[in-house]
Amino acid sequence: MEIEQLEKVASQVRRDIVRMVHGCQSGHPGGSLGCTELLVALYFERMKLKEADGKPVFDMNGTDEDLFFLSNGHISPVWYSTLARRGYFPVEEMATFRKLDSRLQGHPTTHEHLEGIRIASGSLGQGMSVAIGAALAKKLNGDKGLVYVLMGDGEQQEGQVWEAATFAPHHQVDNLVAFIDLNGQQIDGPTVKVMNNLDLGKKYEAFGWEVISIEEGNDMAAVLKGLYEAKSRLGHGRPIMVLLHTGMGFGVDFMMGSHKWHGVAPNDEQLAAALGQLEESLGDY
Amino acid sequence: MKKYTFTEKKDTRSGFGAGMHVLGQQNPNVVALCADLVGSLKLEPFIKENPERFVQCGISEANMIGISAGLTIGGKIPFATTFANFATGRVYDQIRQSVAYSGKNVKICASHAGLTLGEDGATHQILEDIGMMKMLPGMTVINPCDYNQTKAATIAIAEYDGPVYLRFGRPVIPVFTDADQKFEIGKAWMVNEGTDVSIFATGHMVWEAIQAGELLEAEGINAEIINIHTIKPLDEEAVLKSVEKTGCVVTAEEHNRIGGLGDSVAQVLVKNKLAPQEYVAVDDSFGESGTPTQLLEKYGLTAKHIVEAAKRAIARKQA
Repeated sequence: MEIEQLEKVASQVRRDIVRMVHGCQSGHPGGSLGCTELLVALYFERMKLKEADGKPVFDMNGTDEDLFFLSNGHISPVWYSTLARRGYFPVEEMATFRKLDSRLQGHPTTHEHLEGIRIASGSLGQGMSVAIGAALAKKLNGDKGLVYVLMGDGEQQEGQVWEAATFAPHHQVDNLVAFIDLNGQQIDGPTVKVMNNLDLGKKYEAFGWEVISIEEGNDMAAVLKGLYEAKSRLGHGRPIMVLLHTGMGFGVDFMMGSHKWHGVAPNDEQLAAALGQLEESLGDY
Repeated sequence: MKKYTFTEKKDTRSGFGAGMHVLGQQNPNVVALCADLVGSLKLEPFIKENPERFVQCGISEANMIGISAGLTIGGKIPFATTFANFATGRVYDQIRQSVAYSGKNVKICASHAGLTLGEDGATHQILEDIGMMKMLPGMTVINPCDYNQTKAATIAIAEYDGPVYLRFGRPVIPVFTDADQKFEIGKAWMVNEGTDVSIFATGHMVWEAIQAGELLEAEGINAEIINIHTIKPLDEEAVLKSVEKTGCVVTAEEHNRIGGLGDSVAQVLVKNKLAPQEYVAVDDSFGESGTPTQLLEKYGLTAKHIVEAAKRAIARKQA
């Protein structure tokens, strides 16, 4: 897909995010908006997905395709929208987000059999371990597919992340690309104030990872280039860590850069203001 | 009283290791994981023959549970192994979210459960694991009674699609069940038919219950003894059928009296047929260092204690 088209998809995904969160008056728009370029670039361009008649086909084992895991499950709106727009499930289903009897639970789950989801996430720190397990299974199966996992920067404060960070280089899990969404914000404020992660790049390097940075994580071209680079470095005995610099709330001016929009829904007026900044490129659900 | 004899004593964890050895040869999807306790879990034969299907996780149990969940996504059948305390309490949230809620086919296999790991003391003697695991929706909880049954259970859970908690232990105890038994998940095993009291026992306490049955027989009491190796799903039919006949109950487990087998049985009785029940279990306390025999005696988990509980239950029935 051309960059221009990918940007159009991203704009629609952003509309979906604010509309979903507005529709149930809860959820997490900030991190979702910040990671839009990454998820669109992965699902619409970089990931190898199983398809039939131009539509993705979901099976839990994900044999011979690339897999994506969302460890910071609270940014479910961006994942749901990306999956729906990619064709995993009907876009109309986004209207059920966080409502009773929905498959689009507040945090992603396999429990409701939503196509595209392979593990529940929400309680932080667990996704990288799961992704490593899936990557090991691919190696055991002789499956050339790759595994991607996204974590938050606040999430790096969870101890389990560092258990996984120790494991992956030791076991040469070199079919794995992990991302940290470096937006510098968490619920209680800026990450440097709440619990300073210091230099995550140096930390992961010290743990034996190959670390690359995408400085402009909300620039589609930069994200595509970074993903290409990450992929090209796989297969040499080391897992890849991508430090993805994003802006929380990117794309909606009054949400940008503030932890205040981590988990708050816009009111009617704010919704209208947000939608005014985002092109309806694929048609609202 | 049906006679049970034994020619040797073995630890149930060795039964697990033997089961894994068989699975290594029979099921190419089985993967073993361990958190730096390979010798204690008796995994050496599996690892020797299947080094590529063994994942050493180091002392990182939370990561081990997550990796196990991930392995299922490629169709693997992971057996995550460590001591019962680190396999449950330490990683409860990981099991809850990544395994149980996600419906993953992970087998959590835990040695050194209960008091009988002995000298290491209370930090390692978990007595709450059955309770924690049975509260998770969709989790199967199994606590086999001897070496042969643990081996059979290990092989059986690989064929079952869903999360399982398999609990076993460290001490050597009599091997009294058949070597070639077929293990049926959720099906209680009739050890001895009787009429005066139903003794429902699990794990190491089944052998104690058999000895209690012999002591009771000498006093003219005819005890029915049932091995509840699967605590969840509980064989409610077997429980009720037995209680219909005997009218009173003793439950025996190497676990806190809160949240274990006893409470599962009590729930069945409350819902279906009220009957006096006595608990042989640890009385809501932590353990301590000591030999397994000393600890079972001090914490009230011997044949003698089952005999006393049976008499109390019978007396309450007659009151």
